[in-house]
Order: sequence, then structure tokens, then C-alpha cells
Amino acid sequence: MEPFTTLTSRVVAIETTDIDTDQIIPARFLKTTTKIGLGKNLFADWRYEEDGTPKSDFVLNQPEVQGVQILIAGDNFGCGSSREHAPWALMDYGFQAIVSTSFADIFRNNSLKNGLLPVIVDEDTHQQIMSLAEEDPNLELSIDLASQTLTLPDGRQIEFPIDTFSKTCMLEGLDQLGYLQKQMDQILKFEESYGDRVNTLSPSSGDERRETRD
Amino acid sequence: MSKPRTLFEKIWDQHVVVDEPGNPAVLYIDLHLVHEVTSPQAFQGLRDKGLTVRRPDKTLATMDHSIPTTPLDVPIADAIAAAQIRKMEQNCREFGIRLFGMDSPNRGIVHVIGPEHGLTQPGMTIVCGDSHTSTHGAFGALAFGIGTSEVEHVLASQTLLQRKPKTFEIRVNGRLRPGVSSKDIILAVIAKNGVGGGTGYVFEYTGEAIRSLSMEERMTICNMSIEGGARAGMIAPDETTFAYIKGKPHAPQGQAWEEAVALWRTLPTDEGAVYDRVMELDANELTPMITYGTNPGMGMAINAEIPDPMRVTVSERPTLEKALTYMGLEGGKPLLGHKVDVVFLGSCTNSRISDLRLAAGLIEGKRVADGVRMMVVPGSQQVKKQAEQEGLDRIFRDAGADWREAGCSMCIAMNGDQLSPGEYAISTSNRNFEGRQGKGGRTFLASPLTAAASALTGRVTDVRTIME
Ligand code: SF4
Repeated sequence: MEPFTTLTSRVVAIETTDIDTDQIIPARFLKTTTKIGLGKNLFADWRYEEDGTPKSDFVLNQPEVQGVQILIAGDNFGCGSSREHAPWALMDYGFQAIVSTSFADIFRNNSLKNGLLPVIVDEDTHQQIMSLAEEDPNLELSIDLASQTLTLPDGRQIEFPIDTFSKTCMLEGLDQLGYLQKQMDQILKFEESYGDRVNTLSPSSGDERRETRD
Repeated sequence: MSKPRTLFEKIWDQHVVVDEPGNPAVLYIDLHLVHEVTSPQAFQGLRDKGLTVRRPDKTLATMDHSIPTTPLDVPIADAIAAAQIRKMEQNCREFGIRLFGMDSPNRGIVHVIGPEHGLTQPGMTIVCGDSHTSTHGAFGALAFGIGTSEVEHVLASQTLLQRKPKTFEIRVNGRLRPGVSSKDIILAVIAKNGVGGGTGYVFEYTGEAIRSLSMEERMTICNMSIEGGARAGMIAPDETTFAYIKGKPHAPQGQAWEEAVALWRTLPTDEGAVYDRVMELDANELTPMITYGTNPGMGMAINAEIPDPMRVTVSERPTLEKALTYMGLEGGKPLLGHKVDVVFLGSCTNSRISDLRLAAGLIEGKRVADGVRMMVVPGSQQVKKQAEQEGLDRIFRDAGADWREAGCSMCIAMNGDQLSPGEYAISTSNRNFEGRQGKGGRTFLASPLTAAASALTGRVTDVRTIME
């Protein structure tokens, strides 16, 4: 994954709360076996008419939002399924950071593993940014991950939380699998004293027989 | 004596491999379930890094999401879905993973087959690239959904990086009344607590009402924990749990069985253990539930009125208004009697044999209302076989319902089974998100009993009014 250090961008706001991953990327686009190209179907059902033409009233179809890298969304963003296609789609579209009052667990985890930064702010800040963005379509926000701050146009800095482990991985563009591989000795040691619970490969009580069709 | 611990804490403690301060814990995984939609990119990741699957013996794959539910001898019409299925077969061959493939009589929805084969057992950690992995928590396992990067992590290391969640006891007192089922309990919990209310927590369901439920009913509840925002939902194992597992293909046998049960008996939450949060609910007061909106938290008693956007808080208003517009419903009006176009009986929430029996019991000898399309999709090929042995397929067919092969089907509408724009469905599945069951389709979530009752009348129906 690409390192994330700082970001300055205009913003797109979608006020709706509880935006679920079925809206972010509808299930019919999950038949792909790669991560690429999902951005064109980001928010597909909100974004396109039945015949595929862009809906003129949907915010992502406004000419002025093209190239914007920060999305501001309502509370509990990314709820629903565990599909990592959601952050893949958001990133493929061009978003680098999402600002909300809260994120669904799995979505947040998935985002952090892909270099998409979930920025959690309190409700007041959220509302302020929303109204600022409404007044000024050219509103720019700056994010500095190292200092965990979000800077508003008036210079006000807001701190946001992120755990140190995810932060380091994001700043350095590290794949978290690397950390697990470094623990392999410990994992092997753990397994030595740990009885196996189930063996999916073992043929047990007629399992095989049932697996061949009669 | 050591500090009293909850069921969750005991399982967590037993599976922590490394816990360095500041970093997430490395958690050992006992069972990794894999399906065709969220795994291809993970296998590709292994390939790119030159890695193998470390423990194929703790990994099981199936196909459920994008497979058709039409007769198996017909080739898959959707070329992209067919390619994804071929990819799964290829990945399992290449990495030595057991696959319950297209023509396996063991194939089914991933959360139905784990318990069916006795692979889901108390005290285990179970993950799958699927949020409804929470289902397996019904056995007193710690089971949760993960993303595709994490699927790759587990394939490569059999471990996962996890931050310890907090615990949330959901105590359900009393007993359910006739016509009210476990689906109604969980819909009521989510309606009360909201879709984000469980974020950061693991639910443990306790209380008399939970203890009196069968395993399949417990699975329905744990299944929807994720809809309340929780990663996992758990129920302490008891005699009901042991009886269900006993004799299943992968259940321990003989001496090993005795030892396993002895271990499982140590798992329930200790007297005096403290949860981070608690909520209580009285099962006696529950009625059948239904959702009116576009997330599972927008639920209410079936005979209640749809909330009026003018009467909710300002911050809730836009989302409710948007939902009602999408649903074509008006606040302040009842939902009872509203027309229904499609009835979907299926999904990992309610597609097990007991769900089918309940619905068939109500439908037997009657006809699905004119103009209503009812689709019955068993959760696995084994459930299907069992139902056919019991003659349930005949009951559904004679009533005019469609009897299908196993799979996720219209729960996620990836395989062509879907609503048309504007259609109303009563669905026994778990998500009523916009377009979830087909673009423009509108979903009312409810129990199998409510679904069956509404199939007979073609209207949203309170099952209690038609039960003898
Ligand atoms: S039945 Fe629905 S919720 Fe369950 S695994 Fe399949 S798609 Fe997911």
C-alpha cells in the first residue's frame, strides 16, 4: 500500500447516516476477482440512472467535485457487509480520507489496511465542516497523519484518534501481514501446546461418502 | 481464585498468541471459512508474495454468494460469476483447501454448513470474509467477519491482528409468545439499540428466553449481531448446544467427545463477571417485528405505525425521510395490510430446516396469494435434501411457491435472483439496505412465520391473526 502522510483537498459531503457497503459498492459488482476498476461503480445506484447515465442531482456527478480526495459522510459510515471492495472502490475513485463521526468496525479495519484514512471527528466539528462546505464549495481541508490533525480553512486544528500501530503502517505504507510473519516463531510455539480443534481435511463419520453425489 | 471472566474473555485469553503493548493482539484462528466473493484477491496476494496456505486443515471453502439456485445441470449463464466460481475451484486446488464445490451435496451458505458438519464448536475462534460469521457465536464460539486483507493474513499465518473489543450483555428475560420467534427478538434488539449501537462490542445474549431457544433459533439471533454494529454475538454453550453437535461429521467422538464437553462446560461467563454494557428486554412483551426502512434498525412491532419524520429528532430526520421515500411509505401510517409482491424464505438468518418447517406448517394445504411470487431457498444442499425427505418441498410447491437449490440467492441478489424496481418483498434475510435484493427493490425484514403468513394473504400480515 502507498504511504499516507499529508493530504490537502477540497471535500465532497454526503450527509446521510448509516451509509452501508451495499450503497458504496452494490453486490452485483462483487463478481470481480481483482481490486481494480471498482471506482466507476462507487455509489452506483445513487449515481446512475437505470440506463447508466449519471443522475444530475447526485453530488459525485457535479463537475466541481471531480478530483476531490476527501469525503465527509454521516454517522456510522460503512456499516453492513465486510466487503473490502468498499474501500477499494472509494480509493479507486480517488478518495484518500473519509471524515465522519463514526465508522463501522470492519469497514474501518479494511480501510486502514488499504491506506484509506478514516478520520473521526465529534458531532460539532462534523456539522461545522458540513455547513462550511455548503457555503463554500471550494473549501479545502488539510490532514496531517503524523500529528493526527485535521486543519480547517480558518487555521483551526482538530485532533483525531488513530491507534499507533495502524498509524505507523499507514505512514510507512506497510502491509500488516509483515508484522504477523515476524511473529512466526511465537505462532509455532503456540501451536505446539495447542490441541487442534477440528481438521477440515479429515474424512470423518461418513463425510466422504456424502461428498460424492449419489 | 482468579478474576471472574465472561465467555468472550475466556475464549479471547485462550487464543492470544502475542500481545505487545500498543499493538493489536495476534489471535489464533481455529477455523477459517472461505467463499468465492471475498477470497480471490487474498489468494492472489499469497501468490504475489510467494506464500502458501499455512493450515489447509483449518480451512474450508464453499460457494454460495454468486451461484445460481436454478437446477444444477444448467450451465451458469453469468460469465463473470462463472469465472469467479472457476477461480475458487482453481485456488482450492492450487492451495490444497477442501472445497464443497458446485456438485457437492455438502455445499451451502457458509454459515449454514459450518454448524451442519460439526465444524463449529464451543470455545473456537472462527473467521470468514463475511460479516455474518457472527452466526457461529450461537455455539459459544468467538466468530466474526473479516475483510479480504485479513483473509490473506489468516491464510498465510492462521492468525489475525485484533484489538480486544468490549463486552455487551443482552439479557432477554421471559418467554416468547406464540407467533413470536427468535428473529423478532433480534429485530427488536436492533430497533432499540440502533445499527451502530454495538460498534466496538461483542454481544453476549443471556437470559431465560435465550436459554429456551433451539440451536437454529440461536443462530438466527447471533447472525444479526452485525446488524446491530457488533463484530460478534455469542451464546454460552449448554446441553442444547452439546446435543446439537453430537454425532455431526466433524464432532469429537468417544473419549474425545467426553473431554470436549468437559472443556466446553468451563466456558460460560463466571458468576460476578462484569460486562462493559448491559441491556434488557422482556420476551413476553414482544410481538412479531417488521422493518419499514432501509436499515435493519428501522424496525417496529408489526401492528405499529411507521414513524413520522416530523416527530423524530432533527438529526434523524433526513435519513428517515430518505428511507421512506425509497420505500414509498408514509410516516404515521400502519404497515399491516400493505401489499407484498415477493416473499423470500432463505438466507443464513432463516434457511435452516426448522425455519422451513415453521413456514411449511403454516402454508400446508393453502395457496400463495395470487400475484405473489414466493421463493424458498434452503440454506444448504443438506437442508434441501432433509426438507425433501420430509415432504416440505411438496407443501411449498403445491402452494405455488418456487423451490430452489441452496445458496444466498435473493438475500444479496448477486446471482440473478432479485426484485424488480419498486417491488415489495417480505424477506427472512438480514438486510433491507437500498437495492440489496435488487436495484430499486424494497425489503421488509421479518420472521419465517410472518413471511409465510404474508405469502398467503399477499399483504403484510400479523401471523397471530391466522394461527389456529
Ligand atoms: S445469505 Fe446473505 S447474509 Fe448470509 S452469507 Fe449469504 S449473502 Fe451474506
